[in-house]
Amino acid sequence: MTASRLLLLVPLAYLAIFFAYPLGSILERSLGGDSGFGFDPFRVLLSDSYYLERIWFTIWQAVVSTLLTLAVGLPVAFLFAKYEFPGKTLLKALSTLPFVMPTIVVAMGFTALFGSQGIINSVLMSTFGMDEPPVRISNSLTIIFMAHAFYNYAIIVRIVSALWSNLDPSLEESAKVLGAGPIRTFYHVTLPMLLPAIISGSLLAFAFSFTSFAVVLVLGGPEFATLEVAIYELTAKLFRLPLAGALAIVQLGFTYLFLVLYARFQEQSVVRMDLQPRAATTRHATRWKDKIFVFGMILILLAMLSPLIALVVRWFTIEGGFSTTQMANLFGSDSRGSYFHLSPVKIIWNSLRFALTTVVISLVIGTIISYCITNARRKWRTYADALVMLPLGVSAVTLGFGYIIALGRPPLDLRGSWLILVIAHSLVAYPFVIRSLLPVLKGMNPNVREGAAVLGATPTKIFMRVELPLIAPALFVGATFAFAVSMGEVGASLILVRAEFTTMPVAIFRFLGLPGAANLSMALGMSCLLMAVVSVGFIAIERFRYKGVGGF
Amino acid sequence: MSILTVTNLHKTYDSVHAVDDVSFSADSGELLCLLGPSGCGKSTMLRLLAGLDEPDSGTMTFEGRNLNGLATQERGVGLMFQDLALFPHMDVFGNVAFGLRMQKLPSSEVSVKVHELLDLVEMRSYARRRVHELSGGERQRVALARSLAPAPKLLMLDEPLSSLDRVLREGLQTQVRRVLEEIGVTSIYVTHDRDEAFTMADRLIFMNQGHIIQTGTPEEAIASPADGFVARTLGFKNVLKGTISESSEYLRIKSQIGTVIATRTDDLFMSPSHESIFLRPEDGISVSVKEASNKPAEDSFQGLILERVFRGNRYELRVLVGDGELYCHTLASDRIRVGEYVYLTVDPNSILFLSGQF
Repeated sequence: MTASRLLLLVPLAYLAIFFAYPLGSILERSLGGDSGFGFDPFRVLLSDSYYLERIWFTIWQAVVSTLLTLAVGLPVAFLFAKYEFPGKTLLKALSTLPFVMPTIVVAMGFTALFGSQGIINSVLMSTFGMDEPPVRISNSLTIIFMAHAFYNYAIIVRIVSALWSNLDPSLEESAKVLGAGPIRTFYHVTLPMLLPAIISGSLLAFAFSFTSFAVVLVLGGPEFATLEVAIYELTAKLFRLPLAGALAIVQLGFTYLFLVLYARFQEQSVVRMDLQPRAATTRHATRWKDKIFVFGMILILLAMLSPLIALVVRWFTIEGGFSTTQMANLFGSDSRGSYFHLSPVKIIWNSLRFALTTVVISLVIGTIISYCITNARRKWRTYADALVMLPLGVSAVTLGFGYIIALGRPPLDLRGSWLILVIAHSLVAYPFVIRSLLPVLKGMNPNVREGAAVLGATPTKIFMRVELPLIAPALFVGATFAFAVSMGEVGASLILVRAEFTTMPVAIFRFLGLPGAANLSMALGMSCLLMAVVSVGFIAIERFRYKGVGGF
Repeated sequence: MSILTVTNLHKTYDSVHAVDDVSFSADSGELLCLLGPSGCGKSTMLRLLAGLDEPDSGTMTFEGRNLNGLATQERGVGLMFQDLALFPHMDVFGNVAFGLRMQKLPSSEVSVKVHELLDLVEMRSYARRRVHELSGGERQRVALARSLAPAPKLLMLDEPLSSLDRVLREGLQTQVRRVLEEIGVTSIYVTHDRDEAFTMADRLIFMNQGHIIQTGTPEEAIASPADGFVARTLGFKNVLKGTISESSEYLRIKSQIGTVIATRTDDLFMSPSHESIFLRPEDGISVSVKEASNKPAEDSFQGLILERVFRGNRYELRVLVGDGELYCHTLASDRIRVGEYVYLTVDPNSILFLSGQF
């Protein structure tokens, strides 16, 4: 057995203990009830119209969300793929910001903008002297769809524009020479070429909408519950663990299906085309038609950011918001002002150290797995790729629930330790490391490695001197994603967290559950801080991003 | 009767004159070759004719129709791209059928025509192959069939064979030529390769830095290249500057390699003070080994062999003569080695004079 094979055992063992074992325990719990091994919970599930409705609702809301995401994402992808304009790099970074925002921050931003006391309603009411808020979309499906589109459109933009900007322009020109007008050129040539990217992006957006938690919980109100929310309620409120387990398994089955499809289309979109360097395909907007399009799209993009801006504005304008008292509450070490017997500074510190530990674990696990997938045989690659991505699709709530069952008892009792949180975070985070690393590894010329070996470098030296510098930008991107994921993780944390390990998103969630303007303003303040921390980490991404073909 | 007329065409990209005051015309059924180095404006010329770019000024008329401002799909011209640009998401049949489908032909007719075209390029059995399963030469033939499918009146080919190896390229050149002649389509063929141009063209157009330098049949071009650029493009290596120092029965020309003697010609542009440019085909130079017993002829040059390349049936030599260099070739001899001195004798009849610039 070679050293590299041994190295593979590290992530395999990690995944076996902290992913497969907890999920297996869920399976065991739901199938092996008190009356022996059986499919009772599934029978209950299938005969209960409430849960069937939840499954149906989860699917169709994800479909609608994905379609809306595409409607927003494709024009933006076209903008970034085909036009050069001043401030493009900054706008690109900004447009990706929503995707790394913690879902709880997104939900808070939407409440701040569209809520009954939100900015839009306040402005309309004071301007036109209305007594009732005119825009009533909070606790509605509309706001859930909008938030999902807001959260996911960056995925479409990233995946599609990466391919679009690298499409050989002479393909479209050929179609024109052969007699196709602009519309038929797009329909017969451009669209079919982009389809793998569009489909893989859509599947990913679908998977995220399918397992959506915080957005639905905060914005949707009690009527709308996805599977994820239902699992959370069954676990944390109703304590019907077998039923929760059955639901979790149903969800798992769906997500694995999406991810296999995703990996397959992703592979297709990279392999088959002759890709042209980006510079050859972008142009400055010179004609009036182009200028109006670019200008309009920039306005729309800026409008897309308004929920995040609204969050800050609302914090500044809310009674008791951005004030010295609150600053003292947020940053003081006095724990009397806190409801968790924990000062906010401690909470922020918790979030930071958990996130940093998560980054380290995710990088190690993600890098080893990425190398193994790159070297795997083609036949297995798609399935392996989807399999290691599974934690991304498995809801964090399910994961946290599995940990409670599996890791709360001998031989491995981690319930009292903060490690259990970090482990849960790392499982949701490492797929991002893989996603940013794989395109670079696939694109890496194997001769580079062999060249170094011929020049007399040892395998260790090859990795340190040759490969690491090449993959460093991708690692950095992966690390930033992992950091953002951990900072914003709320599903697993809500289930697993102990009072002394409260993190920022959990605190926001708890503040929201408490009555009174003071708590709302604390939730807003905490959200703004969280947004600031994540943004700073993310702004750096565009500078280090792998500039080649592919990308997340 | 010219079918295509281009008059005073200009196109500037980022202040570079890609096409600068270009005028030419093509007869119906004629095969024109645009010959020149990369970046000389050949491809831009094709893009302007295809309507993929609009000229800054100048006119293009085709079959009496003004092409300026007309959308690409309405021009009825075909263009085969350098990278071929076959649609990777379609099979061979789909690629060839694309242009016919755009003309909204019924599918039975499309099928018949596609198979005719695939027969023409000898690719009939490949109809259902995917593009990425084809070899380079097969792709080339599919691309040719595809661009011929909508029956364009003018077909433009932008270095279509440049990515192939030499053997394959030479085989395809004659095939492309045969197909174009069979169809009788007026064609503009862009290349930077002299031999390819000779194989393909009825008439050559030499382009450099956006200008047309010379137009003519291959034979005319070889007989009297307009300037140093054309001469070098045609493969002449000994292009030298010189001044006529004496003009009697023979001309004596002072140059870097020494004084060269040439037969007097009637070209009017030469005068004793004129700094003219001349070239010698390598065939006009005879090489002999320098030996003590071997006294040099009065008009021969002594030179030092700098480089020797074996070409199968002969050696090609680069020889340092005076302050310049001459290229020549000789039959195999073990005395002809790098570092050896040789005598070169130049045939006065082999010297040509160029009217244009060096």
